[in-house]
Amino acid sequence: MRVLPRQLDQPLLRPAVEPGVGAHALASPEQQATAPAFSGSTGPEEADSYVERHTMADTAKPKGGGTTRSTGGRRRSRKDSPSNIADEQPKVLLEYYRQMLLIRRFEERTGQAYTQARIGGYCHLNLGEEATIVGLMTALQERDYLFTNYRDHGYAIGKGMSPRSVMAELYGRSTGAAKGWGGSMHMYDTETRMLGGYGIVGGQLPLATGAALAISYRGGDEVVMCQMGDGTTNIGAWHESLNIASLWNLPVIFVVINNYTGMGTPVEASSAEPELYKRGSAFRIEGVRVDGRDVLAVRDAAANLVERARSEQRPFLLEATSYRMKGHSVVDPAKYRTKEQVEEARSNDPITAFEATLEKAGILTEEAKQEIADSVREEVADAAEFAENSPHPEVSTLFDYTYATPVANESRRMPADPVFAE
Amino acid sequence: MSVITYRQALRDTLRAEMHRDENVFLMGEEIGVFEGSYKITEGLLKEFGERRVRDTPIAEEGFVGAAIGAAMLGLRPVVEIMTINFSLIAIDQIINHAAKIYGMFGGQTSVPMVIRTPGGGGQQLGATHSQNIELFYSFVPGLKVLAPSTPAEAAAMLRAAIRDDDPVLFLENLGLYNSKGEVPEGDETVAEIGRAAVTREGTDITLIGYSRMAMVAGQVAEALAAEGISVEVVDLRSLRPLDRQTIVESVCKTGSAVIAEDDWLTYGIGAEIAASIQEGAFDYLDAPVRRVAMAEVPMPYAKPLESAALPSVESITTAVKETLNAVGRRVG
Repeated sequence: MRVLPRQLDQPLLRPAVEPGVGAHALASPEQQATAPAFSGSTGPEEADSYVERHTMADTAKPKGGGTTRSTGGRRRSRKDSPSNIADEQPKVLLEYYRQMLLIRRFEERTGQAYTQARIGGYCHLNLGEEATIVGLMTALQERDYLFTNYRDHGYAIGKGMSPRSVMAELYGRSTGAAKGWGGSMHMYDTETRMLGGYGIVGGQLPLATGAALAISYRGGDEVVMCQMGDGTTNIGAWHESLNIASLWNLPVIFVVINNYTGMGTPVEASSAEPELYKRGSAFRIEGVRVDGRDVLAVRDAAANLVERARSEQRPFLLEATSYRMKGHSVVDPAKYRTKEQVEEARSNDPITAFEATLEKAGILTEEAKQEIADSVREEVADAAEFAENSPHPEVSTLFDYTYATPVANESRRMPADPVFAE
Repeated sequence: MSVITYRQALRDTLRAEMHRDENVFLMGEEIGVFEGSYKITEGLLKEFGERRVRDTPIAEEGFVGAAIGAAMLGLRPVVEIMTINFSLIAIDQIINHAAKIYGMFGGQTSVPMVIRTPGGGGQQLGATHSQNIELFYSFVPGLKVLAPSTPAEAAAMLRAAIRDDDPVLFLENLGLYNSKGEVPEGDETVAEIGRAAVTREGTDITLIGYSRMAMVAGQVAEALAAEGISVEVVDLRSLRPLDRQTIVESVCKTGSAVIAEDDWLTYGIGAEIAASIQEGAFDYLDAPVRRVAMAEVPMPYAKPLESAALPSVESITTAVKETLNAVGRRVG
């Protein structure tokens, strides 16, 4: 029995974790008070009645009415992480913090290198998404696969790729993840199962669905995670992929990073249903929304869906609300954002918030903070130095990667070469 | 040696490849319960079950992309797109993904998949269902595009396509499915991708075609032989890579060439062939290279209009004779 996602404004039928219990310090009391419910897991025994209720409520509500529309897409989930920070291993929390900081410093260095013209092409940074990335990647097992869009540097590192290989790829060097063939938008690593950043919006969705099909075909127990931005939920590949994934019961988690802006277009201006996690309902895919600034909330929501996808063999949809701290890409001054929005993004820095939480809980000491900051700075500096000192790919390798199976009469003509050499 | 249809050759090969390799499976619209729009997959669902013969929703971008993703994990999907016209819905996945994934990620993963799809006009299907747009795919490095014209070639080339580690667009033709030809019993030939074939030797002129036009070229050559004209027929078989050498060698021998193509003339595949001949056989040419192609209109429905728009035995014969007259051989 497939379960439809619960509407944001409906009461929880059975919360996965009692609200208010074990709330950690990321959410203030007033945030807790206004917290809309997010969809936790509903037991199969409740599925039937829930489907009915959802359908009836949905059809009874006129389009444009109801809480959902009136609040538009701007409402952010304030659901506390179900995890109690006191129950967490301090070591693990510090590792999350370290990874978040690593991504932050890595991306800052990337932005710097880009403005110094060390990096070419487009360059989209993960600044502000560190909690989401670390939460998501922590929820995956090593054997699980990841597909992302072009904003992929942090994910590559989070999935286990070395900052060196990512930075070298950004620099276009032969030591890069894709030997200098991919660049910023196309990180890839077979070993860590990061199966690609993809530059075409929506392109990764059918691929991820197919990877899940291969797992299902072989009876494997891996899961595929497919990350995308909010704008992707409007493209055809979204609808085709979610439909196929649900129809064929494939173990894939579609993760929408909703930073409320597709380049410069607000989510309400592009999506008729701006509550994006609900958009799985047309395919009977349960959707969950989580606060993407909260690493533990993201981890728990994602881990829950990942393990359910694994055991139940079906797809899920996870929406992580997010703030993009900078423009769409390094060169975008983001003039379409109001001062308030920029300020809001700054005040919602997930790293500052997590840092404060850990400090308050006595987990992050001043000494540990300095130590982590130093080690991260060192790792990023090492990655940049490695990239800088790595060789450029040899021009003689230009025709090495057109085909995996060598083929007769492959054209290997350089510009200005005659077609038929003497 | 047995005589079977092009359709039967495809079906037999699919079946044999599925028995040979567990990783080979079929996907497409109506290929299972309905047994295929053109019945290529008849009986295969019954024999292999739903896991290996997968009916898809009408979602070309979704299921072609899913095949690519499955291929990245090592499966060998053979996708049927009902007609090449519908491949346009999947063109982002074919060109931006299937063709790119091997190179763009520095050779870390290959995409061993086949897209089978028929082109072809002449069935009164109108403008959107009669196109020959294999050119779009032949343009793209990273793809391999095959266009067999006989049952034996179809079998040998499909075998090669399935066993190849790269994405292959396998072009069939509505007008060829019922054509018959000899296929050796128990034949296991795996064609070499990227090779054209001289399917008929001749000395007066080279006639070049692929897919249905290679078959028609053979008919033209046969008829002209009775008039004492010796036509050499080159079947391109592979549109990417393109075997320029075989074409040029033939033209160097005969001194003139006519290209027959089912697609549109301007920017068409014939244009590339003509350019290749010019580059490789300029000094050997005794007459300008002629192209016979589809009329450059959206294909009409009405039979007389449709027939007039398509290249035919007559129009190709005319072009061959005019070329030979230009050479200085009076052939009437």
